[in-house]
Amino acid sequence: MIDTIIIGKGAAGITAAIYLKRYNKNVLVIGKDLGALEKTVKIENYYGFPTGIDGKELIQNGITQAKHLGIDVYDEEVVQIDNTLEYFLVTTPNHEYKAKTVLIATGKKRSPINVKGFKHLQGKGISFCVTCDGFFFRNKRLALVGYNDFMLHELSDMELLTKDITVFTEGNELTAPVKHKVVTDKIIEFVGDDVLTGVKTENGSYDFDGVFIALGTPSAADFALRVGAILDNNNLVVNASYQTNIEGLYAAGDAIGGTLQLTKASYDGMMAAMHIKNKLNDLKRLSK
Amino acid sequence: MAITITKENFKEVVLKSDKPVLVDFWATWCRPCQMQGPIVDQLASEVKDLAVVAKLNVDDQQELAAEYKVMSIPTLVVFKNGKIVDHAVGVHSKEDLRKMLGV
Repeated sequence: MIDTIIIGKGAAGITAAIYLKRYNKNVLVIGKDLGALEKTVKIENYYGFPTGIDGKELIQNGITQAKHLGIDVYDEEVVQIDNTLEYFLVTTPNHEYKAKTVLIATGKKRSPINVKGFKHLQGKGISFCVTCDGFFFRNKRLALVGYNDFMLHELSDMELLTKDITVFTEGNELTAPVKHKVVTDKIIEFVGDDVLTGVKTENGSYDFDGVFIALGTPSAADFALRVGAILDNNNLVVNASYQTNIEGLYAAGDAIGGTLQLTKASYDGMMAAMHIKNKLNDLKRLSK
Repeated sequence: MAITITKENFKEVVLKSDKPVLVDFWATWCRPCQMQGPIVDQLASEVKDLAVVAKLNVDDQQELAAEYKVMSIPTLVVFKNGKIVDHAVGVHSKEDLRKMLGV
């Protein structure tokens, strides 16, 4: 079993991995998306780069540095975290990994679908987790918003509930074919007064009983919803030890909010690593 | 411990209460609900007489869940004088729930 799985390979995740490795812990980093830095053209406020550095280059350097230290960094999309009494199960499209602790360092997703009705109908027909809320939508007309592994993972759960499924890709290309209706135009409105009744896109209008969102890379909030971690304004809530309300589940970097800056993300990574190390040592003592 | 709501006691415990009432709509199979449950129970033992803290199992009480249009769990609803004054979806901390109840 792995000591710590770190989800996310940005500044917080990689820094945590480096420190945990130095504490002689067995650590695995998994992530697909490069996060906010990927789109940052030039970083000029970070220590040690007199003429600034390209965001993508910096993050790639971090990954290379981790690999040099002997840390495994896997380029996979984590689609689910599950917790049992003994361990965490981290699922990617082709693998499952077991770990004693998990650190979520996936950054902060800027809500990609903030159109009319989106906020107001959440929990009233708009949902973010099929296994959590599917119960209320058996044999109903459902929409699923997404295009990649995350969407496909949700789709396999949704197919157990109903036959009437339409996939909305928000202008993205599907990464694998699906056997359902597919709409590619962007959603411009979620329709409904007290409950959702449908969606409007750029070119059409559709009736639904429920819409599930699984767009792009799962965010910290998506993981939190599935395991029951507390969120505040889409930020994961952690205590002074960087632990969420779930024993053994930690979070760091932009995922926990605060100042969305590199320096803070690295600091978080270091601190989280220290507390995770302590936790792992406690677990070891207990098992003796 | 939180009070268990059924359609038999709903009117008496929730609608007719002269104190604020928190109802946690939940189910046994719902992972996030399993995290919310102990928080709600702890809240119940802390607020004592200031508020009523209750749980409603959506599997056992499908009519009530439908009546209140619950489509995502946990859903936490606060009633005052028989009317809904606040609601929240997803796991919430004890402090958040206290704020919602105003106690």
